[in-house]
Amino acid sequence: MVSRRRRISALDMKLLRDLWEMKGQALAIAAVIAAGVTMFVAYLSNFNSLERTLSNYYERQRFADVFATAQRAPQRVAARMADIPGVVTVDTRVVADVTIDVPGLDEPASGRLVSIPPGGASPLNAPILRRGAWPDPARPDEVVASEMFCEANGFGPGDHVFAIINGRRRPLTIVGVGLSPEYVYSVRPGEIFTDNRRYGIFWMNRQALASAFDMEGGFNDVALTLSPGASDDEVIGQLDRLLEPYGGLGAYPRRLQVSAWTLSNELTQLQTFGLVTPMIFLAVAAFILNIALARALALQRAQIAALKALGYANRELAWHYVKWALAIAAIGSVAGMAVGAWLGVQMIELYNEYFRFPMLEYRLSIDVAAGSMAGSLLVAALGAQSAVRRAVAVPPAEAMRPDSPAKYRPSIGERWRVFRRLPQASRMVLRNVERQPVRAAMSVVGIGFAGAVLLIGFSFIDVMNVLIDEQFMYAMRQDVTVTFSRPLSAGAVHAVSRLPGVIDVEPMRIVPARLRVGHRHRTLAVTGLEPAPRLHRVVERSGRVFTLPPDGLVLSKMLGEVLGVGPGGAVRVEVLEGARPVFDVPVAALVDDSMGVQAYMRLDALHRLMREGGTLTAAALMVDPGRVDALNAALKQLPAVAGVAVRDATLRSFRETMAEHMNLIIFFNVFFAGVIAFGVVYNAARVSLSERGRELASLRVLGYTRGEVALILVGELALLTVLSLPLGAAVGYALGVYIMTIFTNEVYRLPFLVTPQTVAWTFLTVIAAAAVSALAVRRQLDRLDLVGVLKSRE
Amino acid sequence: MSPPGEEPVFVARNLTKVYPMGEVEVHALRGVDFDLYPREFVVLLGPSGSGKSTLLNILGGLDVPTSGSVVYRDHNLTTANEAALTEYRRDHVGFVFQFYNLIPSLTARENVALVTEIVDDPMTPAEALGLVGLTGRLDHFPAQLSGGEQQRVAIARAIAKRPDVLLCDEPTGALDITTGVVVLEAIARVNRELGTSTVVITHNAAIAGMADRVVRLADGRVASVDRNATRISARELSW
Ligand SMILES: Nc1ncnc2c1ncn2[C@@H]1O[C@H](COP(=O)(O)OP(=O)(O)OP(=O)(O)O)[C@@H](O)[C@H]1O
Ligand SMILES: [Mg+2]
Repeated sequence: MVSRRRRISALDMKLLRDLWEMKGQALAIAAVIAAGVTMFVAYLSNFNSLERTLSNYYERQRFADVFATAQRAPQRVAARMADIPGVVTVDTRVVADVTIDVPGLDEPASGRLVSIPPGGASPLNAPILRRGAWPDPARPDEVVASEMFCEANGFGPGDHVFAIINGRRRPLTIVGVGLSPEYVYSVRPGEIFTDNRRYGIFWMNRQALASAFDMEGGFNDVALTLSPGASDDEVIGQLDRLLEPYGGLGAYPRRLQVSAWTLSNELTQLQTFGLVTPMIFLAVAAFILNIALARALALQRAQIAALKALGYANRELAWHYVKWALAIAAIGSVAGMAVGAWLGVQMIELYNEYFRFPMLEYRLSIDVAAGSMAGSLLVAALGAQSAVRRAVAVPPAEAMRPDSPAKYRPSIGERWRVFRRLPQASRMVLRNVERQPVRAAMSVVGIGFAGAVLLIGFSFIDVMNVLIDEQFMYAMRQDVTVTFSRPLSAGAVHAVSRLPGVIDVEPMRIVPARLRVGHRHRTLAVTGLEPAPRLHRVVERSGRVFTLPPDGLVLSKMLGEVLGVGPGGAVRVEVLEGARPVFDVPVAALVDDSMGVQAYMRLDALHRLMREGGTLTAAALMVDPGRVDALNAALKQLPAVAGVAVRDATLRSFRETMAEHMNLIIFFNVFFAGVIAFGVVYNAARVSLSERGRELASLRVLGYTRGEVALILVGELALLTVLSLPLGAAVGYALGVYIMTIFTNEVYRLPFLVTPQTVAWTFLTVIAAAAVSALAVRRQLDRLDLVGVLKSRE
Repeated sequence: MSPPGEEPVFVARNLTKVYPMGEVEVHALRGVDFDLYPREFVVLLGPSGSGKSTLLNILGGLDVPTSGSVVYRDHNLTTANEAALTEYRRDHVGFVFQFYNLIPSLTARENVALVTEIVDDPMTPAEALGLVGLTGRLDHFPAQLSGGEQQRVAIARAIAKRPDVLLCDEPTGALDITTGVVVLEAIARVNRELGTSTVVITHNAAIAGMADRVVRLADGRVASVDRNATRISARELSW
């Protein structure tokens, strides 16, 4: 039989030709699907790759389960720690934070010195040697420096930096470059932005480090691994009791270790983001697919009836038309997968700027690929099904009848007198929109979504800028923050103010403490600030400066939530230094700030609580810009200085790293949103054109110019676009607020905000995308085949 | 009235069809009896709105009557469900529509293949198109064919499955005389050579001469039935 020999059935041939006929529309829809799949693939493949890399890394380098630090504990305590039930391995270390003088860098940098056994054979948290050699046990100055620090400063084996140890400038010779699972993400303690030029990790001989810090026969840092199933909490409880006499600062589990915790936050965000955003795109795709298909099928009513009359069953026809949608989705998802894999590689390279792994290998897993393919096919089928179901319900007897004219009536507007004076073209626009209110509304919603995606993308820039502004322009207005290695007496304020270039000094008292309410607790610092600080201030998310009350604790809102406490409640403050007193302190207020977990007190109240005089542990400085160099030089020499943070340097470095990341994200946001807007508008235009090609051609025959005819079509698009703008802004705002709640964690609590410029850019971009598609359709309109349109029955 | 010894293909009794149109009801058929015999060529005449298309649609399984019964051989079309009607149309009926209803995105050959692919023992599309004299137009799209050629493709599509009945609703309605004659010739040839029972609706009383039997409908009823002693060929028709 002939039909057996044909490779493709007549019905499938029809499918291919119909698709080709509406290729513009099909591609517009496929592009929206591709955008969704791209994001899905890029985010989730990154999530997968990072997660896998991370767990391999942790496993291979024996990343610890529990961490603790103390003032100084004798080595024999280690044996008692090993006896705690559930503890498998105990690794004691000497760890010290110091000021580093980096050749070629004016301002002082910070470093963390971490002890390693000879040959780098750490039982836990083992660093990986990337280049060079392990320090020679006989040479106390040799160190392995962290790779990100070396890269940022252009250092390698043979280079030197200087550590300020007890006021002495000691040369450190970099002999190797290393990495550790403990510092995948390395940020100077107390800061939220990484600055690899000014912060590095240095692994050095234990002997050398112990003698420099008076730790011989002892340790100040310990890491443990636990047997599977052992409870963190119990081990931590026992560990804390063991270390308490030695100035223990409170043990914490792996999940609260700064690097691990930052990474897991990042992973959660990636995953959530990778699921939420593509959903928006796919939803939009489903729904323009529905409109496009509904229209295409309406045009095929007579064909459908004829096919049914010829003996095709509903099922066969439904499948035929669903395949139409599936074909579009397949094209979109294959393209999306390709772009997503490419973007995934770019993203993972960016991750390597923030996080450093021995090998960050990008892999697009079968799960993600198959999932995104299946997801988009499913969405397409869902989008198609109502249109198909409606179309296939055409009774076959309809094949025997000519089409009846579409039902029009005067538009609602026209019933008001003013509108009767509108030109004919405007009336046609209004009538058409009104005749298909559902479809018009769907187009408005679709374009609105494009606006929403854009608004969110642009707003994230605002949010980052505001975070920076708030941090550096309103809250931390000091040029330099100096932290001391030990509490100093009030006289230090005067000493600091006499340093070169210092214009203003504000003392700060930072007390490490564990804050506890019932069984909930967090280990952090209580920051004591002056009653009316000029430099370091507490600022609310709204931008208002918060005035600390004369007494009691002020917690950031996030900390209040974490601890489950509010004004009027009390927090048990277990101080983790000195005599380690324990106080119950009333909570005076919660401050609605952008930060994660923070606790503040007025300086005088904190002093009263601690029963001390004008003690300070840090100082905020305002500096004469012309004398910064002199100040830097002086600070590098000061024995009591543990760290110096210079605002401009931090800000610059943050902006540099951030800019690259942001640019990529913004580019794709704008691009994808443009794709949506274009897709929806183009589709709406094509639908109108196919619906009214006959009518418009008739007008041309009657003597209307191309421009006049185009105006009718473009006018409709313009109307839909304008209506979509406020909707898009509203939806974008709501989604943005929602996405921000995903982003909220114990580091940031960012407000979602939208500036008028952002709204303007969003609107302009949507209008531009709409204009481009209007132009594309205008070209089709100009080529309208007058004779053809009028000759054929619809 | 019936050729002796032959079982009718269709037996329709007391058919009524009412279209509810809001408050008013349109009575398209008001009790029609109709039989169709094997190899018979019947022309349905009647003024516009008399119910011709309605009757044809019911016979073809495109529509169901409001009351009365239609039996096609051993199939009761009145009680059949949607799937059974589809099955019936696929296996037994060939349709020719007034407006051709070709699939514009398929060539003549593919339009015919649309049918040959879903039935048992069809002609090849080329054979069917040959029967209507379109051998030279196999790979033309409908837009590249004249109205008469399109209608002949529609006939080829209807006969390619070797249907038991061929139902044509004003097949020449949109055509000029010469083309109309060519189309009618094609239909008559199928009726003659394949022995397909054929019903043709027309407004053109002249065509009645081609028929074995002429049934006139008026206002939803059968007004008259006439048997032609001799059938004339399409060429001899005077319009
Ligand atoms: N789907 C429908 N809904 C309502 N009324 C209908 C429908 N189909 C047919 N009718 C009405 O039924 C009556 C018979 O229609 P039918 O199409 O059978 O007439 P016809 O004899 O074929 O006319 P014509 O020669 O004009 O094609 C007409 O009055 C028509 O208006
Ligand atoms: Mg009719």
